[in-house]
Amino acid sequence: MTLTEIRPGVVPGRTIAGRSPWALAWARIRTDKVALASAVVVLLLLVLAAAAPLIAQWSGHGPDDQFRDIGITDQGLPVAPNGTFWFGTDRLGRDLFIRVLYGARVSLVVGVLSTGLAALLGVAVGLLAGFYGGVVDTLLSRLMDVVLSFPYLIFAIAVVSIAGPSLTATVGVIAFYSWAAIARIVRGQTLSIKEREYVEAARSLGASDARVMVVDILPNLLAPVIVLVTLLVPAAIVFESTLSYLGLGIVPPTPSWGNLLSEAQGFYRVAWWYLTFPAGTLLVATLAFNLLGDGVRDAIDPRTERLFSRRRGLLRRRARDRRSAPASGARAAASDGPVTGTDGDGPGRREPGGDGPGRREPGGDGPGRREPGGDGPGRREPGRDGPDGREPGAHDDSTGG
Amino acid sequence: MNLLEVDDLVKHFPIHEGAVLRRRVGQVHAVDGVSLTLAPGETLGLVGETGCGKSTLARCIAGLYPVTSGKVVFDGQDITNLPRGAMRPFRRDIQVMFQDPYGSLNPRRRVGSIIADPLVIHGIGTAKERRRAVGELMERVGLNPEHYNRFPAEFSGGQRQRIGVARALALRPRLIICDEPVSALDVSIQAQILNLLKDLQDEFGLTYLFIAHDLSVVRHVSDRIAVMYLGRVVELAEADELYEHPRHPYADALLSATAVADPDAADRRGRVILTGDVPSPIDPPSGCRFHPRCPRAGDLCAERQPPLEGGGHLTACHYPIGGAPPAGERGTR
Repeated sequence: MTLTEIRPGVVPGRTIAGRSPWALAWARIRTDKVALASAVVVLLLLVLAAAAPLIAQWSGHGPDDQFRDIGITDQGLPVAPNGTFWFGTDRLGRDLFIRVLYGARVSLVVGVLSTGLAALLGVAVGLLAGFYGGVVDTLLSRLMDVVLSFPYLIFAIAVVSIAGPSLTATVGVIAFYSWAAIARIVRGQTLSIKEREYVEAARSLGASDARVMVVDILPNLLAPVIVLVTLLVPAAIVFESTLSYLGLGIVPPTPSWGNLLSEAQGFYRVAWWYLTFPAGTLLVATLAFNLLGDGVRDAIDPRTERLFSRRRGLLRRRARDRRSAPASGARAAASDGPVTGTDGDGPGRREPGGDGPGRREPGGDGPGRREPGGDGPGRREPGRDGPDGREPGAHDDSTGG
Repeated sequence: MNLLEVDDLVKHFPIHEGAVLRRRVGQVHAVDGVSLTLAPGETLGLVGETGCGKSTLARCIAGLYPVTSGKVVFDGQDITNLPRGAMRPFRRDIQVMFQDPYGSLNPRRRVGSIIADPLVIHGIGTAKERRRAVGELMERVGLNPEHYNRFPAEFSGGQRQRIGVARALALRPRLIICDEPVSALDVSIQAQILNLLKDLQDEFGLTYLFIAHDLSVVRHVSDRIAVMYLGRVVELAEADELYEHPRHPYADALLSATAVADPDAADRRGRVILTGDVPSPIDPPSGCRFHPRCPRAGDLCAERQPPLEGGGHLTACHYPIGGAPPAGERGTR
């Protein structure tokens, strides 16, 4: 019996099933521990924010309740964290923990709402500009340029001085600043997608412009938009904090992370918790959203390589193992250092300094990037004919040498 | 009566320069005076090199590109540059099959909804009826109807092209324009798709305009064949007649370039090697467009454009093969 003999009836144990691009993305994100941890943190924040009134009721500390007897020291200073006040109290004797939770409500609502608005507007404008081209495109693109070139703080100050600081004004200002970036990406994608043959096929069937845009182009825009949106939410949260910190956003007594920081400014030398907890929560939230966004991008768009990715190390280790086996020790040693273009990776296959925090060339997605199951017959990487023409990592370029 | 008549069709693409103050600096003569007819139930093959205007012609006929001048008459009605609404009923009768089985199916949509698209767009049937129709279509083109909910990425190239056939067939059209339907497929798969197209033609009485650059494929399916060069038809004849007795030097060269299974036969036929590249369609040569590369060119060729003429075997050449040789001295080349 030879190794190549095909025995009928013996099939690989893994069943080969078709999966949608989204299912594949989900499978990929499930193996990404960083993204999963971030998702847990984000979910936790969302749950805590949603449950803030319940927690307040349970603890008996309302967000605006001042505990002048136990919440303020004899010197009139905030009380340090203890069993009653987990995060300590603020200058008026209010429970900082409850206020941070309530601040999360505001920050998350502002972040999600403004990004959602921006996404709606950005997709609509970008789609129209890219699809119709010509004068429509010129006008809308210039509009995006104008918006992107506004000095945002001055604009925010101007808006607030006219409308007065409020939640609506904050959401409006942030959305106004975010939509143009989305519109630009969407416009570019639309330009490339509308030349695809399937769009032509739809036209030849007599589909209306609206149908072509909604049915044929929009689904192919979702991936880049989702990626962008997950990264814009933390930016919006920071933006809101900035505005509130400057007194242009959410007005006290409604707590937001920004105005908590602003209040804490005069007290941080005597009450470290006052600044640390709001700032720490803001940091954790932003970081979690950003890492989650990165993970989503990796899952939906496997072409890009994340900075300091866990898989990159894995990839390099595997490549080194493979090379050191047949090759000389010198080559194995060389691969310990930064891999350069002349290092046996096949000349020019990798950018010089390809190990730095840059992007790798497409096609460089080695086995570590792939779905654990490899590519069984009948199943393809979703990227194969994805909207942006990405190629699956068909080969590992480190074997090129 | 002919199902389709194309009369002196011209399609020029303007070339613009400058971002703000755009001005026209020239035009690509993609299709330059093409006349064709298609009888019901026949297959007309359209061959030519890449860039000769085959696909542009197809898109003009399908109403995807506005026509610069000339006429497209379908079933006795002029459909040239019809506004969208007026064109709609004709879209049911004229369907297009595209070349790229990967690019012509939306990767984010399920196969069932892709095939149902024409029915949805033209408002035919209820959702349930459409679903059943799609199942039947899939079965008819050799796909498993249970794969209704799969994505195009889960099919092979040949299967995808079958999806394309099913979509083109959904509205029971009378004319299908096949724009290189098998060029992107393996040879073994090509035959399956070609046979499928042939069976469907017999079953539904379809008329095909079949575009390809592979001459052996075209011969297999076509009743008549038109050879295009730089936006014009240079020869149009019955398939076998064209293959046995090409008259235009370009058609001759093109035919000699096809691979033949029998090497002796190939040797006997000889290989006509053309020199130079296809000239730019932005600035096509004067007179006969083939004259700078033609082994038989005479002085007349550079001056006058030869008309497409000659009874059943139409040729646009002043000195066709088997006809009178160039008078007097040979061309300068």
